[in-house]
Amino acid sequence: MAFVARRLAAALLLLGVLSVLTYALLALAPGDPEQVLLGPRPSTAESRAAVRAQYHLDDPLPVRYAAWLGDAVRGDFGASLYSRESVTSVIADRLPVTAGLAGYAIVLTLAVGLPAGLVAAMRRGSPLDRGITLSALVALAIPPFAMSILLLYGFAVTLGWFPVFGAGETFAERVTHLTLPAIALATGQAAVVVRQMRAAALDLAGQDYMTFARARGVGRARYWFGYALRNTALPVLTVGGLLLAANLTGALFVERAFGLHGVGELLVSAVGQKDLPVVQALVLMGGAVVVAVNLLIDLAYLAVDPRVRHGAVAA
Amino acid sequence: MLETRGLRVVGDRVLVDGVDLTVAAGETVGLVGESGSGKSLTARALVGLLPRGLRAEGSVEVGGTQVVGASERLLRGVRGRRISLLMQDPFTMLNPLSTAGAHIAETLPGRTSRQEIARRLAEVGIDDPAVAGRHPFQLSGGMRQRVALAAALAGDPELLIADEPTTALDATTQHEILALLRRVQEARGMGVLLITHDLRVAFAVCDRVAVMYAGRVVEQGPGAELAAAPAHPYTSGLLGALPSVERAMERLVGIPGSVPRADEVAGVCAFATRCDLVAAACTEARPPLRPIGRDRLTACVHDAAGTARPPLAETASLTVPTAGPADGEPLLHVEGLRKRYGAHTALGGVSLHVNPGETVGLVGESGSGKTTLARSVLGLVTPDGGRIRLAGLDITDRAALDPRERARVHRLVQCVFQDPSTSLNPAMTVGAALAEASARAAPGDRIGVAELLELVGLPAAYAARRPKALSGGQRQRVAIARALAVRPALLICDEPVASLDVSVQAHVLELLRGIGRDLGTGMLFITHDLAVVRQIAARTVVLLKGAVVEEGTTSTVLDAPAHDYTRRLVSAVR
Repeated sequence: MAFVARRLAAALLLLGVLSVLTYALLALAPGDPEQVLLGPRPSTAESRAAVRAQYHLDDPLPVRYAAWLGDAVRGDFGASLYSRESVTSVIADRLPVTAGLAGYAIVLTLAVGLPAGLVAAMRRGSPLDRGITLSALVALAIPPFAMSILLLYGFAVTLGWFPVFGAGETFAERVTHLTLPAIALATGQAAVVVRQMRAAALDLAGQDYMTFARARGVGRARYWFGYALRNTALPVLTVGGLLLAANLTGALFVERAFGLHGVGELLVSAVGQKDLPVVQALVLMGGAVVVAVNLLIDLAYLAVDPRVRHGAVAA
Repeated sequence: MLETRGLRVVGDRVLVDGVDLTVAAGETVGLVGESGSGKSLTARALVGLLPRGLRAEGSVEVGGTQVVGASERLLRGVRGRRISLLMQDPFTMLNPLSTAGAHIAETLPGRTSRQEIARRLAEVGIDDPAVAGRHPFQLSGGMRQRVALAAALAGDPELLIADEPTTALDATTQHEILALLRRVQEARGMGVLLITHDLRVAFAVCDRVAVMYAGRVVEQGPGAELAAAPAHPYTSGLLGALPSVERAMERLVGIPGSVPRADEVAGVCAFATRCDLVAAACTEARPPLRPIGRDRLTACVHDAAGTARPPLAETASLTVPTAGPADGEPLLHVEGLRKRYGAHTALGGVSLHVNPGETVGLVGESGSGKTTLARSVLGLVTPDGGRIRLAGLDITDRAALDPRERARVHRLVQCVFQDPSTSLNPAMTVGAALAEASARAAPGDRIGVAELLELVGLPAAYAARRPKALSGGQRQRVAIARALAVRPALLICDEPVASLDVSVQAHVLELLRGIGRDLGTGMLFITHDLAVVRQIAARTVVLLKGAVVEEGTTSTVLDAPAHDYTRRLVSAVR
């Protein structure tokens, strides 16, 4: 438990540093926020001063940061400069699509990547291994947006099996709408997982305990899951977690290609519109996601590997 | 129960060439050979688990089922239930993520219960049922090997193949595991094929012993008869090379040359190039295994091959080695040395000394602190307390010495490590490695590369070779030459023969003895092998858990051990 508490404390510290950095960098970036706040209205000296006073823009940076942080920890990231809605509701509006897409994609990635990588390693040098390795290389070389267009053209336009646009309303609709984007996103990632898994499992084939397991007639399921998969899980878990974090924060090209209003799309438009509160909240959220996923990976290590578990208890 | 006929293991070339073996129920058969003889590949072939790229030919029948060429599905039914394999290294054989109990449970027939697992653990001498819940990393080597044995036996096989099951263990643990194996074998009435490089182990445990050389069996027979009257020159050579734990031998004689590749000697007697008795008949055709009396087989064409090389134990002399001068200041003086690693005490106040020109044996099992002691003297580890004096210089803390003194210490003490395949830089030729080492010697004191090679009995032409092109014994000679390049007063030998085959071990031991005798180099000789210490050390220090428990002349320590632990060590090898 002390281990988990220590990790949590470190995660909070990291988020704090991240928030300072994003706040400071965005504040130092060129461009006047009051110009954005005023919008198309004629900007007189008075109106600018009024806006500056309303948003406390004349306070020193640390004071503004403290005020922003005080609101942020209570879940209030201010209002979007562009739509005037609260940032929280803007993001909450976009999050389900992105989360659904990210989750769907990571499930596909692992479902294809893990077994393919494992089989390639165990049948090293066979035509199957060569086929898998080559496919992974090709998959890695196709950028997600190109894959998106390919899939759209093939399965949505020509065959008409899947919708072309939007995210759908009901759960079933959501699944059909997100299938092609999830495949587009998962293709490259599955290739990464295949390569990781293959590398991790290559050494496995020569391990004494694998031979010993076969020599005493351990069942097939046990051999593949209890031995092979479990012993290669750790490095692959790390990669899987990082991919998930990347999906949650910036599946931008795929969201664009499929016309999905997700978080990645939001970030790009917010940056374009100099919508500082939204950008800050999104950057902080991205950081929080990465930190949280890493924490989960650490916990998964504890669950999978007894040596880490005992080491952590002893330390 | 097990019958192999003409078993061959073939990859790019032939590795095992025609092995005929039978193991009956309730019988223990030993398969003895040095590294490269093909004994482990034979074991793998018997369970159909050859490494990728190799295939078996011939016939292997296990309880009437043909294993060679059998499908994986059929083999899965045979492995574990009819034939099971116990491997060498308990530290790598168990799944690091599974508990001991899970290892046993996964191959138990029928329903598994906690009681059944506890019963299986008790069978291998683990009476504490809580061990079932432990992971391999929480268990000692001996315990892991017991758990592995219980796992190998979980499917109740009729035949167990044990591939060097004790090689990675300490002497006392080895003894326990062998006794356990014997007990389990008798209780179950199963057949055991014990594969080992250790002739003593084979003779002590096995009903019948087959000696393998260059991929084939050269002699077979009851262990005691083989030991008393070997019928193949290779067997008698091996026996002659075996250091005796009972007495120091006048001269240690190995077998000249090295093991040929199986495919190079397919049509001749494999041992012909190293044999004193070689005749025309040996190289005309491959001598078949022929019966010579009851249960005895030999692949030698001569009838009296065993008498040609009488076991050299007869010529034993107790005068060698002699103790060095006990007066004057010792070369190395270690006093109250302490070192802790976290909660673990590696050295808890160790004192010992080595006189100039004297060889002191340091005996202890893994975890006794012997390596930490060696590393402290070499300046690789800074001790927490105590003092080390070398030739009048305080070297306890190397960092505190000035550069001139450090250079001097470097010339005073050198080291030979256990494994010459990793202690030599693979990218450097032998000549370059030796030249580099001798450049560190005092200017007037340099020894040329050719001279160094001659000192360790290697031809000067070897200077151009890289370590990869040398055999294990030759590499260790190079490592010794490298250590001698600065004419050290003290040589620390950390298990220098532990990774070498018996026939080579004798050469290297004889070389080290000669160095002590002729160059007057003092030696701290670290080993776990009492027979080795008997041959080389004038005095012996026994280390247990970071403390000296016994010290004295080697003959006193080994013949009349005073401490309980030493007695156990000695009885373990007798």
